[in-house]
Amino acid sequence: MAKLLGAAAVVFLLGASAYGAFFVAPNELTMGIVQRIFYLHAPCGMVALTAFIVCFVGNLGYLFKREAKWDWLGVSAAEVGLAFCTVVLLTGPIWAKPAWGVYWAWDARLTSTLVLWLLYLSYLILRTMVEDPDRRALISSFYGVFIFLDVPLVYGSIWWWRTQHPQPVVFTSGGLDPEMRKIFYLSWLSLTALMILLIRQRYELEATRAEAQILEREAEAA
Amino acid sequence: MKNLGSVMVAYMIGWGVFFLYFVTVARRTADLRKEVERLKQALTQGTRGK
Repeated sequence: MAKLLGAAAVVFLLGASAYGAFFVAPNELTMGIVQRIFYLHAPCGMVALTAFIVCFVGNLGYLFKREAKWDWLGVSAAEVGLAFCTVVLLTGPIWAKPAWGVYWAWDARLTSTLVLWLLYLSYLILRTMVEDPDRRALISSFYGVFIFLDVPLVYGSIWWWRTQHPQPVVFTSGGLDPEMRKIFYLSWLSLTALMILLIRQRYELEATRAEAQILEREAEAA
Repeated sequence: MKNLGSVMVAYMIGWGVFFLYFVTVARRTADLRKEVERLKQALTQGTRGK
């Protein structure tokens, strides 16, 4: 029941943020209506990085404690982060074409985000190549800690290099219209809630898989 | 209303990715739960058989 209520709350928040993005937020003067992609694209980017931070915590947790639950958290957050990163990489070009005139530019922010997506995809592929659960958890945790290095690179890329990608407008004074800021925060909240829901659901899948593997071994031994 | 189509496509892609992912994970979990129940039953029957 609690799970159903949680899912309903997430759907409500997503609906409210979409309503806000389409009907409440004012039109941006230069870009016009296409700027409304911002309310999906930017929070998805922030949530993807948050999910990768959760994955990093899970990986470190496994390396220090060697308990399966940390590995489950790591893989769950990696997969969910990858889903959010996919949305960022798909919605960005749709916005870029009318705003910049091109779908893609090989600048630091876009390239490092694509590399991030490829790295976490390889993290998930790597896991399918190792049979033994303990070895799989250990190898992927080491790899997960290593690939996390790209996360601060993605975040800092717009400050450290000259990029086509715009500079941050949300956490700077006067960068965003107050009404736009409210809608942005609502979108960020709803997508963070969605991330938590998805990680929980994915974690449950890992826990059930581990239970099935134990039972399989017992059945074979019996 | 120029570029409204692009905005709609972006949101549909976004929600589509999340919806598909949610359904896939829910399906995989449901299949595994069935497998767990089947194994539990098999083990119980095996124990009774002895």
